[in-house]
Amino acid sequence: MTCTKIRFILIQNRAGKTRLAKWYMQFDDDEKQKLIEEVHAVVTVRDAKHTNFVEFRNFKIIYRRYAGLYFCICVDVTDNNLAYLEGIHNFVEVLNEYFHNVCELDLVFNFYKVYTVVDEMFLAGEIRETSQTKVLKQLLMLQSLE
Amino acid sequence: MSPSVCLQEMIRVIRGARTQGEERGVIQRECAAIRAQFRQADSGGRSHNLAKLLYVHMLGYPAHFGQMECVRLIASSKYSEKRIGYLGAMMLLDEKQDASLLITNSIKNDLSHSSQHVQSLALCTLACMGSAEMCRDLAPEIERLLKASNSYIKKKAALCAVHIVRKIPELGEMFTPSAHSLLSEKNHGVLHGAVILITELCERNPDNLKQFRKSVPELVQIMKNLVTSGYSPEHNVAGISDPFLQVRILRLLRILGRNNDAASDAMNDLLAQVATNTDSSKTAGSAVLYETVLTIMDIRSESGLRVLAVNILGRFLLNNDRNIRYISMTSLQKIVQTDHTAVQRHRGTIVDCLKDQDASVKRRALELSLALVSAANIRSMMKELLLFLSTCPPELRSHAASGIFNAAERYAPSQRWHIDTILHVLVTAGGDVRDETVPNLIQLITAASELHCYTVHKLYRALISDIVQQSLVQVACWCIGEYGDLLLKGECEEITPMQVTEDDVLDALETVLQSHMSTPTSRGFALTAIMKLSTRITNNVDRIRSVVSIYGSCIDVELQQRAVEYNALFKKYDHMRYFTMSYCTVILEFGCRSRLSLVLGGRGLKAEHVSIIFDCKDNVYLYWFLLQSVQLQMKAPSGDLIPAQGCGTVTQTVLLSYTNKANLKMRVRLSYSSQGTACQDMVQIDSFPSPAWS
Repeated sequence: MTCTKIRFILIQNRAGKTRLAKWYMQFDDDEKQKLIEEVHAVVTVRDAKHTNFVEFRNFKIIYRRYAGLYFCICVDVTDNNLAYLEGIHNFVEVLNEYFHNVCELDLVFNFYKVYTVVDEMFLAGEIRETSQTKVLKQLLMLQSLE
Repeated sequence: MSPSVCLQEMIRVIRGARTQGEERGVIQRECAAIRAQFRQADSGGRSHNLAKLLYVHMLGYPAHFGQMECVRLIASSKYSEKRIGYLGAMMLLDEKQDASLLITNSIKNDLSHSSQHVQSLALCTLACMGSAEMCRDLAPEIERLLKASNSYIKKKAALCAVHIVRKIPELGEMFTPSAHSLLSEKNHGVLHGAVILITELCERNPDNLKQFRKSVPELVQIMKNLVTSGYSPEHNVAGISDPFLQVRILRLLRILGRNNDAASDAMNDLLAQVATNTDSSKTAGSAVLYETVLTIMDIRSESGLRVLAVNILGRFLLNNDRNIRYISMTSLQKIVQTDHTAVQRHRGTIVDCLKDQDASVKRRALELSLALVSAANIRSMMKELLLFLSTCPPELRSHAASGIFNAAERYAPSQRWHIDTILHVLVTAGGDVRDETVPNLIQLITAASELHCYTVHKLYRALISDIVQQSLVQVACWCIGEYGDLLLKGECEEITPMQVTEDDVLDALETVLQSHMSTPTSRGFALTAIMKLSTRITNNVDRIRSVVSIYGSCIDVELQQRAVEYNALFKKYDHMRYFTMSYCTVILEFGCRSRLSLVLGGRGLKAEHVSIIFDCKDNVYLYWFLLQSVQLQMKAPSGDLIPAQGCGTVTQTVLLSYTNKANLKMRVRLSYSSQGTACQDMVQIDSFPSPAWS
């Protein structure tokens, strides 16, 4: 298996419904389903008393909760936790700006646009573009092509 | 066939379903409609249909029948159709599907498309799900794009190259020259991609490592510009200029500086600068500082720089943000052996983290605390560790208990402290300690002869207050059996003694025998203790005799065997009972992990009697038993098979005739077979405890 730094990115709500699943590593469909369930189980029992990092199989998960949604990034154990935590926040701020005060329903009804945002900011299992201005400019341009 | 609805409408309908069954019904209907639409191959609304299918897929339903549609849409000339087609490819196709090969050609064409957005779609998809064959086919295209003039394309191409190198490391050679030239770009995104690409190339191939070491000065300069440049709004996060790029560069510097003095020297100043000047009030700054610390500790840095790094970690420990405390301890754990003195300075804060509410923080704090225990701080550290033991989460108790035992053994300031500490652990967490704790503690107590009185009083008190902790119960029973007379005497220097009668003691031991909480091992200890007391007390021998005979018909075989033997001692060998059950159990260790307990007797008679009880961990077949330098008369052993795991004992009584007791030494040779192999072991006893002889 090729080794990437980010294994997958998940956005799940508290009930366990997937709002986005981006995989940067090869998994079978049932493996993916199992991973989704495991991540949900591990992350939803934690609260403000816990750190934002969880050891998960032989990786680790950096996650953050925004309202009813959990944004989870699964990375290598040697990766810098804080940098990825900032990465999540960067991503969420872009979503917020793009959807004008984003809420869960925005992500549901425009799911393919959310993938576009992900693909602008992350690629090949790495953080790709970190400038929010640049990403938003690009997204607006793509929108005009629709 | 119902007309297919638009995407938004379908999502609304699915969300409106009140049960899982209803949802499934809706989705089945929709999928049937979508399938029909796919077959029709009409061009209107194709992207909508695939989008609907992708939504259904996200909910967890199968969607593989959409794979060919993805291939078709990717080949379309309309951007909106291409875009959904590529998204579908990333979601539904992976290396294992044959259909993925079909899109290679489309990707190749799109990589040279006039619109950068189409190029970007192709790059993205290749970087996401490109198989090894696809990568091999398209690598030259990617290499060409790395030299393109468009920075938007360059940054995507750089990461696509990273994916290719991960799939086929040999292709790395193709990208090395371009990677190098990308470092002179001003565009942050391109730089970021270039640094990641170089990192990947260096990690895969040590030759690349040598080559890119020459770029260290260039990287240092880029970092310097980032750190000292003014406010740059585009990449600014909480006052730090592009922390993500800084982190990646620091990581690359770490790989380049590792095990290389020249490279490490070249980055020394920069690291000191970043470490001192980065504002860590927000997470972004802390992320950069943390990566700096990791780099400093991994390369060949000067000692001053290392101390600076450890101090940063120490500052992190005081941070309000739990995340930062956690990562700090993770790093401190890695360096506690090599930079022990530096880490010791932060011991107080680390110990405070034992009280954190997150279990993973607690665990880190425990490991660090145990590593920091020394002869100088043992008393204060042990107080904290024992406090921690009483409140820690159950999954950490066993680890904490064994860590405490190790620390106590290495640094105990006195025997009494050592015994107290072990007792405290047994009271708090007796169920989580390892099996060897009981015999180890017995050995320790035996050796601390001045403390026998103190110990037996303490253990008696523990026993009468609570008999749940089996390890504690076992040690207490043994101790009372051995030193019961000291208990009954009612005097003690070290501790205010309780006035204890013989009945009290027998009550306590019988409670253990009868309680349903006692394990068979504990009952064995209790019964043996009661038996031993028959020689130390005067008034209640009959009570003991009756207890022993009751257990002669006990269901538990082990207990029954003991009781029967003891009964025999009462009946047939009553004249020897006194001597067999007298003082001092000497515990010797054999190489095979068996334990030889010598129960020595010998008061006022010429003949010294020795009873040997074997407690073994493995199944042992006992062949014979030899004593040297005394006249001996061996009785038959009570059995010749000792079951494993300390579940049983074999007793063999030997009578010695011996005149010169001052010089008695005993060499015991044990021949046995364990798990099919014949073994031999020998141990020598040079001195016998003096109370045994009159």
